[in-house]
Amino acid sequence: MEILVCVKRVPMVGGKIVLTPDGQDVETRMSGFTISPHEECAVEEAVQITERLGGTVSVLTLGPPAAADQLRDALALGAGRAVLLETDGREWGPIATAAAIVAEVRRRAEAGDGYDLVLCGNEAADTGDYQVGVRVAHALGWPCVTAIKSLEITGGGDGGGGSVARAGREYRGTEESFEFGLPAVVAVKEGINLPRYPSLPGRLRAKRAAIERHEPAWQEEGLRKEALRVPETERKQATVLGTGADAVPALLRVLDEWGVLP
Amino acid sequence: MTVLCLVELDASGVADASLRALSFAHGLAAGTGVAAVVFAPADQVPGDVLASYGATEAHVAEPGRVPGYAPQAWARALAGLAGQDGASAVVAAATDRGNEVLAHLGAITGLPMAANCLSAEPGDGGAHQIVRQRWAGLLLEDARLDGSPALMTLATEAMQGVALAEPAALTVHLCQPTLAEDDLRVRATESAGHSSGVSLATARVVVGGGRGVGGPDGFAPLEELAGLLGGVVGVSRVVTSEGWRPHRQQVGQTGTRITPEVYLACGISGAIQHMAGAAGAKHIVAVNTDPGAPILSHADYAVVGDLREVIPALVAALRDRSSA
Repeated sequence: MEILVCVKRVPMVGGKIVLTPDGQDVETRMSGFTISPHEECAVEEAVQITERLGGTVSVLTLGPPAAADQLRDALALGAGRAVLLETDGREWGPIATAAAIVAEVRRRAEAGDGYDLVLCGNEAADTGDYQVGVRVAHALGWPCVTAIKSLEITGGGDGGGGSVARAGREYRGTEESFEFGLPAVVAVKEGINLPRYPSLPGRLRAKRAAIERHEPAWQEEGLRKEALRVPETERKQATVLGTGADAVPALLRVLDEWGVLP
Repeated sequence: MTVLCLVELDASGVADASLRALSFAHGLAAGTGVAAVVFAPADQVPGDVLASYGATEAHVAEPGRVPGYAPQAWARALAGLAGQDGASAVVAAATDRGNEVLAHLGAITGLPMAANCLSAEPGDGGAHQIVRQRWAGLLLEDARLDGSPALMTLATEAMQGVALAEPAALTVHLCQPTLAEDDLRVRATESAGHSSGVSLATARVVVGGGRGVGGPDGFAPLEELAGLLGGVVGVSRVVTSEGWRPHRQQVGQTGTRITPEVYLACGISGAIQHMAGAAGAKHIVAVNTDPGAPILSHADYAVVGDLREVIPALVAALRDRSSA
């Protein structure tokens, strides 16, 4: 089973988000970076699948040279191969990002080692576009499911041909499931698994691993960012009802006022 | 130039999120007409509700044509209708299904798709000036969306659905979309499993537990309190990533967005990713040992103290009250 996992490098935001003075980006001089949360789970899922069925996990990111850090994080968790689609740091839209991923999938197929499964996160933590995986699937003519919280792959011989995937997600409190053949694109959500912590040997291996690099061309898209803003929220300061169990009568009065007591 | 609006149905009729999307479409259409697109048997389509939220037409694709939820087939049908009606925009609620179907529509047509919009104004040359959410609403993006039709999903917090004083006159068409061979490859099967009781997304009371709960064994009093208040337990990300509680109970950017009357947040510091999921709560009470915790700047009231003392005392007081 050859799996490609697509991850995105996003700023680690703590107590609040601060913008650069030009309002175009999140200020990151004081913050670290991480893999977007849904995609951490995509990496874990890919590693678990290859532990069961054999094969290789390739991890891909599109970003500046420093995004190699996120590739090494994924390598430390068990990915075997890393591909950096290197950019000059400009923000890429979902259409161009999907096209660059499709080019990698085709390159790999032409090299005779095509992917059976492309895993991505349901939406990136920062831009939240909800569409890169779907666009990749359409370009390749592959089936695609999103918002997935359980994934099971069965059947098929070497190379994953003939394999069937059953993917599930929540829908209004019940589960809906989808069954389809591979190759396919699956966009997963946090909760599909609990990502492991990297092992020390994993970290050492990741540090030494080679990273394959390509430089796709940026393209302008129909959705153009003009500026970012921090929404104005009402700054509250809670009224303290009291300390410890002594506050319970006051708390009951407030809950009663709001009409939520039985 | 009509505006097409994908409408999802639920047990109550038209899903709330779709009522909001219809109102959004109505504002965008500015009198040129809104066409609702519904995938359901014609006799289950609540035409009166669609009309009172501004739909002038309804395109109904019955299960004989499009069996159940098949995202690519739904998108293909929307693409056909958008072409036939010369739609200026196609909108949907930013639900899992709404985002998924519009992403397929974007891929089929090659058009850009803007997810989680808060507002949109038609501008020059068919472009729209939009405001959309980033970081699950922690940031706003002002953007220009060039593409005809404009493909947009509407964020949950964007607006309320507004019933019109004078419902529109509704014309219903049965729609017979031409599907491509692969469009039905991916189709949903709903499990027979039924949802048990109150859901986190719609509960009137949510009792939240965070790191301060201390471990998997600490949740029993919170569950008991939630039960007494007819609510449910929600948790912060640290609780699910530690494996103390299942992920489906997580409130936040990567979990569920809640909309209760009261959110009682116990032992939760109030990281912004968590608060993004609680922004829809009408009232917030924090129970926290730290009077300087960030949650206090989001809460109406606070109890400073250990939740392991406060919550059992609250449970006991509620029991006394109901037996009195």
